[in-house]
Amino acid sequence: MAGVLEGSAWTLGDHVDTDVIIPARHLLTFDPEKLAPHCFEGVDPTLASQIRPGDIVVAGHNFGCGSSREHAPIAIQALGVSCVIARSFGQIFYRNAFNLGLPLLEADLPPGAVRAGDRLSVDLATGRIENRTTGAAFDAAPIPDFMRELIAAGGLIPFVLGRRA
Amino acid sequence: MAGAPAQGGEGGLPRAAGLPVCYASRLGKPRTIGGPPVAMTLTEKILAAHAGRSQVRPKEMISVRVDQSFTDDLGGPITFHVLESHKVEKVFDPERFFVSAMVNTPSKDISAANTVMKMRGFCRRMGIERFFEGGNAGIHNALAIEQGLVLPGEILVGGNSHACTGGGVGAFATGMGSTDIAAILITGRTWLRVPETIRYVYNGELPRWVTGKDLILATIGKFGVDGAQGKAMEFAGEAISALPVEERFALPNMAVEAGATNGIIEPDEKTLAYVGPRARRPFTPVYGDPGAGYAAAHEVDVSRLEPMVAFPHLPSNTRPLSEVREVRVDQVYIGSCTNGWIADMRAAARILKGRKVAEGVRLIVIPSTTGVYRQCLREGIAETVLDAGGIFSTPTCGPCIGAHMGVLGDGMRSVSTSNRNFVGRQGSTRAEVYLVNPHIAAATAVLGRIGSPDEL
Ligand code: SF4
Repeated sequence: MAGVLEGSAWTLGDHVDTDVIIPARHLLTFDPEKLAPHCFEGVDPTLASQIRPGDIVVAGHNFGCGSSREHAPIAIQALGVSCVIARSFGQIFYRNAFNLGLPLLEADLPPGAVRAGDRLSVDLATGRIENRTTGAAFDAAPIPDFMRELIAAGGLIPFVLGRRA
Repeated sequence: MAGAPAQGGEGGLPRAAGLPVCYASRLGKPRTIGGPPVAMTLTEKILAAHAGRSQVRPKEMISVRVDQSFTDDLGGPITFHVLESHKVEKVFDPERFFVSAMVNTPSKDISAANTVMKMRGFCRRMGIERFFEGGNAGIHNALAIEQGLVLPGEILVGGNSHACTGGGVGAFATGMGSTDIAAILITGRTWLRVPETIRYVYNGELPRWVTGKDLILATIGKFGVDGAQGKAMEFAGEAISALPVEERFALPNMAVEAGATNGIIEPDEKTLAYVGPRARRPFTPVYGDPGAGYAAAHEVDVSRLEPMVAFPHLPSNTRPLSEVREVRVDQVYIGSCTNGWIADMRAAARILKGRKVAEGVRLIVIPSTTGVYRQCLREGIAETVLDAGGIFSTPTCGPCIGAHMGVLGDGMRSVSTSNRNFVGRQGSTRAEVYLVNPHIAAATAVLGRIGSPDEL
């Protein structure tokens, strides 16, 4: 997950919970291809068909709050979303996303800093977020060291298997 | 606040406000690690013991031993897939893990049935013997407590966000996703960021029809759905002590609805009497140190509380019952890992006894475990529900999560004793869910609109 990501922004509000990210009726599978079309269905059922690979989701407080379902980050990843920026994250979602290799950045963006469709570039190493459309730049909280270790190991399971060996 | 330990510093000031103070722990002298012993909260003490350390500090990353873990038919398939794809052939300790097929149970369709079959196969290969489905079905968050698989002083990490329910017996209990659970199955350990503790002290006498559920709804209503983000919520005070043990469980159960890592209640004599006969292994209760540092402390006078109603679409969107105007309902659901205990079934039955469910209302009553289900049969509760015109089902999460049994259609309104009322939670994204306690739910079923048993 090193390097600089670039993509168009999708903006969402506060408390986007895992039930609206992927409702329980779709949880009979964890096949990313099957989950993707239903991603964000509870926010806007047309969103999944509009999001393009590489796009970046920008949300408010408490993104991913609610259930522990890993289907939520799986579905977001399956849409090709390269990273999620939010003011804060639900804690279980936060772990799940990094365990799967979906990077998250915590950033207290001023209101209106990013609008839907803005082109963003995000440097995961430094946490620097640039809005290419407006020219403004912001700093996200750096990704904690432990999360970097996980990503470097290729996810949680390779990390613990490596450690055990 | 008779009998409760002193709060962190003067008036619950955070530890950062001064140097740590040395107090004698209730379990004996605090241990030292080179410096002066530091008073720890209940949560910190459990974590320290499981990290093999004499002390942990909030916000530190630690690795802890996990005493018990579990999964279900939503998260389990991913956990098992992760293990299989990494060719893991042996789990750390099959005794410390159990599986419950509970959401789509009894299998609602072919895919759900295939899931159960696959999970059974995996468990057989790994020597995991505790499998709950069919004639012993139950919701794991409740089963862990009922089956004595989460005990005071222990660490429970379940593959479900409401695993935090286990904190009701004085354990550190938290929920994680499928990959984290897979790692626990491999190593018997997990990593955690030590949460700061916020202490909520409930004083005064509970008014009629006000329950543990209302305490937590009122708390979330006041502090918001991220009011305890990443923190430990410690529930204490004379009103908690006065509550029957099962009525307390709603508080840690909904701690995750405030964003908390865990919710916890110090075990008292009632807890030990409840847990003792169920315990599957020896345990040592842990208590917080007097003088431990809290991130914050809040006091609530419960004598002024009313039954609370959480309006759509957030658990924090609460109003006292007296401020609820005419809200007509299509479905009333009494059950879930929040309010599916025998205490809740009895509360509902007392109100339903000799009464009829309002015309056009579908009442669904579901005990959380087969043990509770059996008890309901013994006590005539099932019959009371049926006589009232309700449905009485075997244990399942079903309607709580809109999976099956009583899924809501467009524009339907449900009153539910469960814990979440997010958009689409119980079915259609155009349906509405209101969260209440079992007394209010039962009265609502009879009235056909949200109301109090006093109106019957
Ligand atoms: S009863 Fe509801 S909240 Fe509890 S585990 Fe089942 S689906 Fe989750």
